[in-house]
Amino acid sequence: MGDKTGILITYREALKQALREALLSDDRVFLVGEDVGRYGGAFAVSKGLLQEFGPERIMDAPLSESGFTGAGIGAALAGMRPIVEVMTVNFSLLAMDQIVNNAATLLHMSGGQLNVPVVIRMGCGIGRQLAAQHSHSWEPLYAHIPGLIVLSVGTHEDARGMLLSALKSPDPVVIFEYTYMLNLEKEIPADAGAVDITRAKVRREGRNISIITYGAGVYKALDAAAELAAAGIEAEVLDLRVLRPLDEASVVASVAKTHRALVVEEAWRSGGFAAEISARIMEKAFYELDAPVQRLCGVEAPIPYPKHLEDASVPQIADIVNAVKKMIRP
Amino acid sequence: MEKSPYLHLLYQMLLIRRFEEKCAEMYAKTNIRGFLHLYIGEEAVAVGVTQALAGDDYVLATYREHGHALARGMDAGAIMAEMYGKQEGCSRGRGGSMHLFDGKKLYGGNAIVAGHLSMAVGMALAAKKQKQNRIACCFFGEGAAAEGEFHEAMNLAALWQVPVLFVCENNYYAMGTALRFSHAVQELEKKGPAYGIETAVADGMDVLAVERAAREAVEKVRARGKPYFLVCNTYRFRAHSMFDAELYRNKSEVEEWKKRDPIPRLSDFLLIKKVITEQDVQDLENRVAAEVQKAVDFAEGGTWEPVEQLTKFVYSSD
Repeated sequence: MGDKTGILITYREALKQALREALLSDDRVFLVGEDVGRYGGAFAVSKGLLQEFGPERIMDAPLSESGFTGAGIGAALAGMRPIVEVMTVNFSLLAMDQIVNNAATLLHMSGGQLNVPVVIRMGCGIGRQLAAQHSHSWEPLYAHIPGLIVLSVGTHEDARGMLLSALKSPDPVVIFEYTYMLNLEKEIPADAGAVDITRAKVRREGRNISIITYGAGVYKALDAAAELAAAGIEAEVLDLRVLRPLDEASVVASVAKTHRALVVEEAWRSGGFAAEISARIMEKAFYELDAPVQRLCGVEAPIPYPKHLEDASVPQIADIVNAVKKMIRP
Repeated sequence: MEKSPYLHLLYQMLLIRRFEEKCAEMYAKTNIRGFLHLYIGEEAVAVGVTQALAGDDYVLATYREHGHALARGMDAGAIMAEMYGKQEGCSRGRGGSMHLFDGKKLYGGNAIVAGHLSMAVGMALAAKKQKQNRIACCFFGEGAAAEGEFHEAMNLAALWQVPVLFVCENNYYAMGTALRFSHAVQELEKKGPAYGIETAVADGMDVLAVERAAREAVEKVRARGKPYFLVCNTYRFRAHSMFDAELYRNKSEVEEWKKRDPIPRLSDFLLIKKVITEQDVQDLENRVAAEVQKAVDFAEGGTWEPVEQLTKFVYSSD
């Protein structure tokens, strides 16, 4: 077996190591996006890769989100394995036509003839005071689209491994990365690599309640669970990881075990992904419930600039702790 | 003058014309539903350009693509079955008139205007990266040239120096909005040099002129690995789609353009030059009529995809 010794690594470094491994292991892989090369990546994720792999494989693109995403889709159709980097999810709306009308649609619309093995990575979430056009969490917009595989990188292990598995997919994969975590250090096994991208994952076992979350909510939920444990409440943390196709069985299994569910996400409440999870629980595990499903979601306003308002825009650890306590000891 | 290449051009244009006339008839009978955009009048462009392409070149077209599909040698029966929505269709009946696909010959059938231009750039980029000799050829209308995607794709193609031929089929109307109401600069050929892309204009009503221009363009794209912009000025004789009452143009304008109909233009030229005979034309008509009838029979005999397969191919693993 491989090396299980833990190494301390930042989320950024984990993402970069995954990129590097992907580029080393498959000549068809190339990275294209704004400032991925000479600048080193808007968030320094691809820093140094241009020097190592050259401009054919680390391609700086002009500010043409739709154009270079479409080019990535075309290259994928023609035998390459492109990784398209979109700086933030907000900018991805400029490429959404390509992602939805082409990448997600071509296989079905062509009667199974054209699959699109493109990987589209985008940064998202709050934490850097970047205000309303750089900070959103729009995973639910993409999770709505059949034909896409939608991954949310909530842990360092997934930062190191999800990209590698995504590149093996014959179908388009959208990967959400969280900018607030870039400098965060965590331990992962020294031999960490490709991870499963079909299943949700229990990040902490518990028997009193399921905190179901993804992305930026995962570490917050784990911190909240630790605090709750001190208060005698054993919370299970389920990291959804794969928003589409959703691993419904893991959600149902967790709820069947704990009989309570709190869904946490940073995206807006109305029409959000927590709403979907809540509905699935009603449909598939209603009689397992000892209490109504609750949601903690982003406040329904554009994300503002000042730190105190930014922080107030999304669920925080204290909000999760309080919500759980209310559900268990009303 | 050798006869067969000319007869082939005439045959392909006639096939498209008669096939589409049959489509209109079948639309009236409600055998074909949805949108149906006829290419009638514009046949010289698809036929002329495709002569210059190799079998393994990537070809992408718009939602007005019956002509391109036929000119690329796709089976008329599979195309007609597609229009009928039958699973024997070239896209299993799922795409209909606007989404004809053939994994090798035609990458759609794309109905987001200009959405396929950057895909064509990506396919050309892939060919370059894999050191293949193939090129991408992307057809679109002048309406698409008003989209941001057109400008992004032109810039990327020139910036990355990839072998893509952009063919603008200027039929002067984006649905019902005339060129003069869509473009501040109506000379579309001026848009290529703005990106450093070599550009030419061809008479899109003259298949020989289109073929000549396309051969030169394709040769350059293939040899240099750079993009090229070819503007073909043409005209659609029919409405935009079957829902269009044509309130935006005069009948006299349509009649003027019909005098330049690419089919009689070629056949008259060949008859005068005595390259072909009236009998040749009649033989072609007979051959095409039989082929179109065969296509209709194939479509009529087709079957519906079972509802249970509705979600098949949402993902490759389905």
